[in-house]
Parts: sequence; C-alpha cells; structure tokens
Amino acid sequence: MKPHTLSILVENKAGVLSRVTGLFSRRGFNIESLAVGPCEEPGMSRITIVVIGDDAQVEQVMKQLNKLIDIIKVSDLTGNERVERELALIKVTAEVGSSRAEIMQIAEIFRAQIVDVSPKSLILQVIGNTQKIDALEKLLRQYGVKEFVRTGTVGILRASKNVTGGK
Amino acid sequence: MKTGAKILVESLQREGTEIIFGYPGGVVLPIYDELYDSSLRHILVRHEQAAAHAADGYARASGRVGVCLATSGPGACNLVTGIATAYMDSVPIVALTGQVPTNLLGNDAFQESDITGITMPVTKHNYLVKRTEDLSRVVKEAFYIAGTGRPGPVLVDIPKDVSTTSIKDVPVPEKVQLRGYNPTYSGHKRQIEKALQLIMAAERPVIYAGGGVILSNASAELIRIATELGIPVTTTLMGLGCIPCDHPLNLGMLGMHGTEYANFAITECDVLFAIGVRFDDRVTGKTETFAPHAKIIHIDIDPAEIGKNKRVDVPIVGDTKTVLSDMLTCMKKKGVHDSWIKKIKHWKQHHPLVCPDDGCLHPQYIIRQMSELLKGDAVIVSEVGQNQMWTAQHFCFRHPRTWITSGGLGTMGYGLPAAMGAHFARPDVPVFDVAGDGSIQMNIQEFGTIAHYNIPVKVAILNNRYLGMVRQWQELFYDRRYSYTEMPAVEFVKIANAYGIEGIKVESPDEVMPALKAAVECDGPFVLDFRVEREENVFPMVPAGAAINEMIGGHPR
Repeated sequence: MKPHTLSILVENKAGVLSRVTGLFSRRGFNIESLAVGPCEEPGMSRITIVVIGDDAQVEQVMKQLNKLIDIIKVSDLTGNERVERELALIKVTAEVGSSRAEIMQIAEIFRAQIVDVSPKSLILQVIGNTQKIDALEKLLRQYGVKEFVRTGTVGILRASKNVTGGK
Repeated sequence: MKTGAKILVESLQREGTEIIFGYPGGVVLPIYDELYDSSLRHILVRHEQAAAHAADGYARASGRVGVCLATSGPGACNLVTGIATAYMDSVPIVALTGQVPTNLLGNDAFQESDITGITMPVTKHNYLVKRTEDLSRVVKEAFYIAGTGRPGPVLVDIPKDVSTTSIKDVPVPEKVQLRGYNPTYSGHKRQIEKALQLIMAAERPVIYAGGGVILSNASAELIRIATELGIPVTTTLMGLGCIPCDHPLNLGMLGMHGTEYANFAITECDVLFAIGVRFDDRVTGKTETFAPHAKIIHIDIDPAEIGKNKRVDVPIVGDTKTVLSDMLTCMKKKGVHDSWIKKIKHWKQHHPLVCPDDGCLHPQYIIRQMSELLKGDAVIVSEVGQNQMWTAQHFCFRHPRTWITSGGLGTMGYGLPAAMGAHFARPDVPVFDVAGDGSIQMNIQEFGTIAHYNIPVKVAILNNRYLGMVRQWQELFYDRRYSYTEMPAVEFVKIANAYGIEGIKVESPDEVMPALKAAVECDGPFVLDFRVEREENVFPMVPAGAAINEMIGGHPR
C-alpha cells in the first residue's frame, strides 16, 4: 500500500467527476486528494487524484478508468520523475505581541507568504509537496490553527519522461 | 421542423431497431404518441424490469442491440436490475428513459429520479440529453457504444421538453467520433505467435472458453482451433453452445457446478488457453489452486479483464473472432495430444453427470427429456438457481446463442421476460424458459404479456416448493436449518389459465415427454408445472472457497 498520483485527462462534461470517483468508491478506496481544472486542450480537464492502494488494485482501477468513454488518458505519475505541488492556506492564531514574530519566522523558513493579517490571526499561504505542507501545519499547531485548507496535489512529469499507462 | 420524439423514433429506425419493449408513463407520452403510428413494433410489458430483460434476451439471441423504454422515476428505476443484468453479462442494450423537463431537473419533481446517477455503475455509458439538437447524435453514439468492443448497456435519459421541442432537422453525423473510446480488435502479432508456441509445446492443454466467444460469434473459429490442435474445451456457463455438447473434445461446463472431468482437466493441464472469459469466482473456486500447473494464455477484448484475478503469461487484447482467425492463419501444423485425450476420456467415463433413475420425478430427467425432444434446435432460457444449473448440466446445447441465462448478476425473474425477447429474435424455433417456482414468481406478471401478444414461450417450472439453491446450501452448510426457503404450493396452471394460457401439471416421469410435446405443439404460450423431488441437489459441487477439484457429490476418484 503506497500513495499513487494519477493524472487523468477527461472531457469537460457534466458527471465526469462522479464517473471517475465512483470507480474508487466501489472498491472502498479513499481518495487522499483530488484536484480538477481545465488544461491545455480546449474542452478537456485534467484531474489529479492521489489514492493509497497496492499496485495491483491501482492498476485495476486505471484499467477501469480507461474504459470510461469520457476519459481520454490515464497516467500513473508515481515512480516517474515529476513535479508535484499543493497550495495550502493556514489561518493561525497570532495575537498582537504574542507569538507573531515566531510564526513569521517559521513562515519565512518554509517560504510561506502572509496573505492576511488581523489583530488576532494571520493567514499563511504555502506551496510545496504534501510533506512540506504537513510539516508546516504540524509546527503551527502549537500556536492554534483555526482553519486549514489545501488544494490537493497537482502533478506534472518532468520534460521528456515516460509515463506509465495510457489509452 | 421535427419534434424530439420524432427525431428519436427516426434515429432508432436508422439504427435498424425493429422492436421496443416498454411501458408508457407521463414524461414519455410524446414518445408514445410518435410510436402510435410508427412502423416500429412495441411490446407492452407488465413491469419495466421485464422490458429490460426482454431487450436483453432479444440481444443475446440475435446478436443485435436490444431496446427498452420506460418513463421517468419508478419506470426508470424498475429498469435498473435489468440493466445491471445486461452489464454483468456484456449484453448490448439501449435503455431509453423519460425524464422530467429540464427546468425541473433536480427539484424532486413528480416521478423524478436521477437515473443517470443511479445507473452509472451498471452501464457502459449513459447520457442525459439536454438539447433536442443532440438527440440524433446521442442515439447513434449509444448504439455504437452498446454494440462495439465489449458490449454493454447504454442508457439515454430524455427530458420531456427535449421530446416536445421542435427543431429544424439537424444532419446526423456519418461516423461516431469518440476520442476516449477505441476498442482493440486485432491481437498483437507477436503475442499470437507466442501463444501458438506455448500451445504447440504443451502436453496437456485445455481451452477454457466463455461468453466472449458467443458475443464475437467466434464459435466456428474456436471449434477449428480445438480440432486442429487436438485440445479439449471446457466452457463457462456463459459459453455453453459455443461448441456442440456432443463434440468429442467438449468437456462441458467447469467450475462450481461443472463436470468433474472439466475441473480435473483444469487442475492437471500445463497450458490453459482462456478465450473470452473473466476467471469469475464461480469458475475458479480458490484462485491459487485454479490451473496450478499451467501457463496461461488469455484472449479478451477488455484489457481490464486480463490479469484481474489470475496472473497471465501471454495476454492478448483483442476480439476473440479476429484473434482466433489470425491464429488459424499463423498455425503451421496440427497438434496431437493422444495420451492426454485418453486420460480425459477415462475421466469422462468414470465421472459422468448423473440423473437418478428411481421412478420419482427428478428435474435432471426433465431437462434430459427436453434435450432429447428439441435436439438443440431451440432457445433455452433459464431463471436462476438450481433450475439454471440443471439445465446447464443436462441440456445438450449445439449452437451458440441458444442458451440464455443471467450468469454474472444471477437475476431471479430474468427468464420469462428474456424468453419473450428471445422469441422475437428467433421466431423460427421453440423458446423455453426453465424456471423454479421461486424465480417464476418474481416476474410472473409477464404471463400477461405472453398471453396478450400470443408469444409462444414455453414455461417449464421445476416446482419443488423451495428456493432450491438456497435450501441446498442450508442443507449442506447450515445444518439443514431451512430458514425462509420453503414456499407453499402454487397451482401455476390455474394462474396460467386465468391469463388465458394453457398448461399441464406433471407429477410422474412417464408424463414428461407427452407434456413437453403438447407444449411444443401448442401455437401459443404454455405452462408446465413439474412437481419434482423436493430436496434434490445440484451435484457435483465445489464448496465456496475450495479448489475446483475438491468436489462434493461426485464419484469417488
């Protein structure tokens, strides 16, 4: 059991997302993260899904995904040279005069930006891979994380690297 | 200007549809109005589930796409079991449903249900048509998707305003263009050669053939390969009929209620040539001990089936007929496996399927008599349970598409409506529905349909007043605690008579043949109520999770 990052090129049509997620839920897979948006091809969207499963299970889901009419291409980015990023927004308790400076220092180390300031809290925006975001959130917990929201991983292969899977 | 309903009917005709099984209702009124003076034939069923099964039976018997039609909400929901049945057995049907008008979608309007959402996991694809302009293209795509590649059901949901809106005629696309759908038909040349090498080097090869052979009409190619290479053939429940039962190389069905010799052959073979099958759990038993000594070759049009349950040595993705034809072209010499064939012949002699002969009315005897009378020139449909297994074991099937049964989903109540559909595909031969008293009561309302249209389906009920297969499991694995499997006697002939259908009650073996003859000679539908031995079991049997050569109720080895 390990995380797999799947990149799925789909027709941008109503219901496509539920067709895709249905194939995971019927096998009892929990989707760790999911990100969808338009992509380089007009009328198409790209879905990035991270799931935890053994290789054979994930391979079976990929084959089933390939069978969906509205799906153009499925790739497992796992094990390939790739760039994976996620963006998170963290609203952390930071009363004026208390731990504000410390939090700002931590933000700097993580190259996080402060995108909102109020008398009682700060909002940090951080971009990175899952581990980096997890680490930052963990560090900030001691100050009081009021709200934590993340986009889910998006991934892309580095130039001229092969992808496994396809259609 | 044309209404959506008119465009729909014209589109169906363009696809060659000749018959629709359906049930009217509020939002399909515009479509029904269009059907009123159309040349399309419509059969009014008594429950929408039967419409889906009838379309399925028609498709299986004919090889063409079957069509059913229902209204929104309950009508559409009633189709679901039928659609799921077709999906599990890869049957091409197009299910048309009415939907509430587009402005009410999602409002919990009267008779609204999200049928595209509901059927997503049990259709090959489905559509909610939101503009009349899309209708002709969608119907074309639906038929194309249903009937090509690995076939399957496609649902088209049509809101009422899409049917009523009039538009200028839109040109219908010549060809279907679907970027995400390109089934592979030809097998990889190198893989075919590799498979042939493996087969030629084998000492104890076995062909394991399934529904894929029937679906791709590859029966002739299969028989040629088997004969020229001297390889015995066992078929799955879905594959029965792809090789004549009395062909010297035929081993009958394998798996849970397969023949002992088929299961022995699988267990001892060194090359397993799997064609159009999916290594279902009812076939393999415990997967680790299924064909444990064999290298496996697997042909299937669906890449997702290859390696799903069992590791495969030579995978070939492609259409069974195309791949087998290519294989025949590549084949350089014939194969001989005399000592292996001899061994199998020995098993066949010493481990035959048995039919008790003690003067009582046994279901196996009825099936054998039916087989003798019909000589394979009939379409046999079954319900699900013991009736299905006895028919699979004891009826001698000689042609593909003459055995129609719900294999994957195991839908009780499938048989009678599927038999109605099969009749319209094969009006030239007798059509029998072999039923149990449990199954027949799941769609017994269709007596109304067969009476209404004088559809000459012969219903043979193996009446044991039990849900026999469940009772068998309770006897064998639950200490004979018959929890809710007994049913009081039903006089099926009286029910039939009430619908205006003839019938005979049969209580002894000597009455069987005359009753069967009376049924066949009758021009219309006929009901046979066979009062069989109540606690008869289907043997041999592989208990759930056991290896397939560990059968109970067989012969000592």
